[in-house]
Amino acid sequence: MAGVISAQGLKKVYRRGHEEVWAVNGVDLEVRAGEMLAITGPSGSGKSTLLNILGCLDNPTEGLLHVNGKEIFGDKKEMTETALTRIRRQWFGYIFQKFHLVPTLTVLENVELPLIFFKNRAARKTPGQLLKQLGLEHRVRHLPSELSGGEMQRVAIARALVNEPKILLADEPTGNLDTRRSGEIRNIMRSLADEGIAVVMVTHNMDMAKSADRVVEIRDGKIV
Amino acid sequence: MNIYSVAYKNLLRKKTRSALTVGGIALSAWVLVTLLGFNRGYEESLNRDIDNMGFQVLLTAKGCPYEAATLMLKGGTGLRYIKEEMVKTVTANPEVEKVTPMLMQGVFDPNKGENGAVAAYLGVDALTFPQMKRYLEFKQGGWFTDNNAREAVLGYEAAELEEREIGDKLLIPGINAEVRVAGVLKRSGTQDDGTIFLPIGAVQTLFSRKGQLTALGIQVIKGADVDAFENRLYDLPDVQVVSLAQVKTTIMGLISSAKVVVLALALIAVIIAMAGVINTILMSVLERYGEIGIIKSMGAMPRDVFKMIWTETALLCSVGGVTGILLSVATAKLSEAAIRRFLPYTPHGALVVLDGKIAGFAFLMILSAGLLSGLYPAWRASRVRPLEAIRAESD
Repeated sequence: MAGVISAQGLKKVYRRGHEEVWAVNGVDLEVRAGEMLAITGPSGSGKSTLLNILGCLDNPTEGLLHVNGKEIFGDKKEMTETALTRIRRQWFGYIFQKFHLVPTLTVLENVELPLIFFKNRAARKTPGQLLKQLGLEHRVRHLPSELSGGEMQRVAIARALVNEPKILLADEPTGNLDTRRSGEIRNIMRSLADEGIAVVMVTHNMDMAKSADRVVEIRDGKIV
Repeated sequence: MNIYSVAYKNLLRKKTRSALTVGGIALSAWVLVTLLGFNRGYEESLNRDIDNMGFQVLLTAKGCPYEAATLMLKGGTGLRYIKEEMVKTVTANPEVEKVTPMLMQGVFDPNKGENGAVAAYLGVDALTFPQMKRYLEFKQGGWFTDNNAREAVLGYEAAELEEREIGDKLLIPGINAEVRVAGVLKRSGTQDDGTIFLPIGAVQTLFSRKGQLTALGIQVIKGADVDAFENRLYDLPDVQVVSLAQVKTTIMGLISSAKVVVLALALIAVIIAMAGVINTILMSVLERYGEIGIIKSMGAMPRDVFKMIWTETALLCSVGGVTGILLSVATAKLSEAAIRRFLPYTPHGALVVLDGKIAGFAFLMILSAGLLSGLYPAWRASRVRPLEAIRAESD
């Protein structure tokens, strides 16, 4: 299958005073549609920075990034925030460790939220259908504060999927969950990849990593 | 769900803060509407008071007080007189439509009030005076039967004060004369409400002022050159000319200055409220920094975020503005009472006049000022970089 994400020589440097810190240091990576890729490594190794660059949330200092064959970062001049937003909403769904649901909106409204800003006309599933698929049909009118951690993460997954992205990025999606809830989320991610979505996740959870098609380990900003 | 419901729910997140901000906006809207209403009401009432005098020019003897209030302040003394022949002289002018002679007299009434006070009587012509004061309507009875009748017509408040009705006798203190009440006027909202009118001939006889007048009320033909006429009157010996058009212009000039002060006060109230709006919305943006980043990562464009925050500002200002306007309508009478208490002179009639134009103008002003104050917080929010915001939220 063709690579939906293709990265060559990605580098990201941060400056701490006079010191340069290479968070990502020459990463080449390709992610194919329907592939579940786990990025592992110790804390501070550059996993999340890499994920953010792959998800167009952050600019690399150097290197090339193509999404579905389109050059996002490379020789061309830096993309504007508006252009990056267009790429993000067309291709990506994001899941975060801390769920980041809007506390004043109900479960259904949280999932509907991205549709206010961009509606993928080709999307086949409604927010209600997605919530039903994720076993949350009885929670649609509840506020996030009334949900368990696992339920909140499933709502975040539904929200990430509402515009039917081709790529799902997850940063420690089970970091705040117990073993049973982590298993639920793992199964959902696996089934999404099986449906053809490219799933890229950063995780410390070895069970989660084992369920991936491929695992890449990062140390000091490099794939080892 | 749409951006408006999201904005509305965001405002409900901190109910007390939102309520206080709405309260501040409502207060400034209340001040703005009440002051604009006062501006209008005062001007209208003053205009009406002057127009209701029934004549455009008043001629008095030099140094003579020409209204009851001044006469009372002077203790009923200080009156100067012009000769009755002056009526003919003035009527001979081509600009004159009608002339009505008047004779004001004041006597000390020891039974009036706690320590006694001056009672003023205005002698008027039974024929020409009612023609000039067409707005005066009777609650009871009518005008005098003739200019020498021992009769009186009481203004609404004068009748209340004297506790007299039609047919009652009214004693004029000092000269121990009695007159019969021939009529009681309805409330007119002018100084006539407090006046006791007597036939001019009777006043001249009772007060031994035969052939004397204190003032001439002159009605000018429509379209006549009033300035030229007034200039000719100035040439008459020992008279002073009070041009009501000039009085009106002078008072309106004073009001214009007051208008600037009043609008400046209203503007200050609006600015204070707007500072509150900036503070509230900016706080709200900073508190939701991470959330705004997530929304942007979900595909919200900077303009979407800007619109969301601006909508919150518009909602706050709309609710505050409408509340303030309703409050000003509900408290208009109370505001009027307070203004009357503090101002040394207020014309009769409604002092705070509110209508759709004032309400609409105030609402638009509050909304515009609110949207202006929402610009910076909305711009800040639209500039949030998703990654930085998410990192800040995760830390």
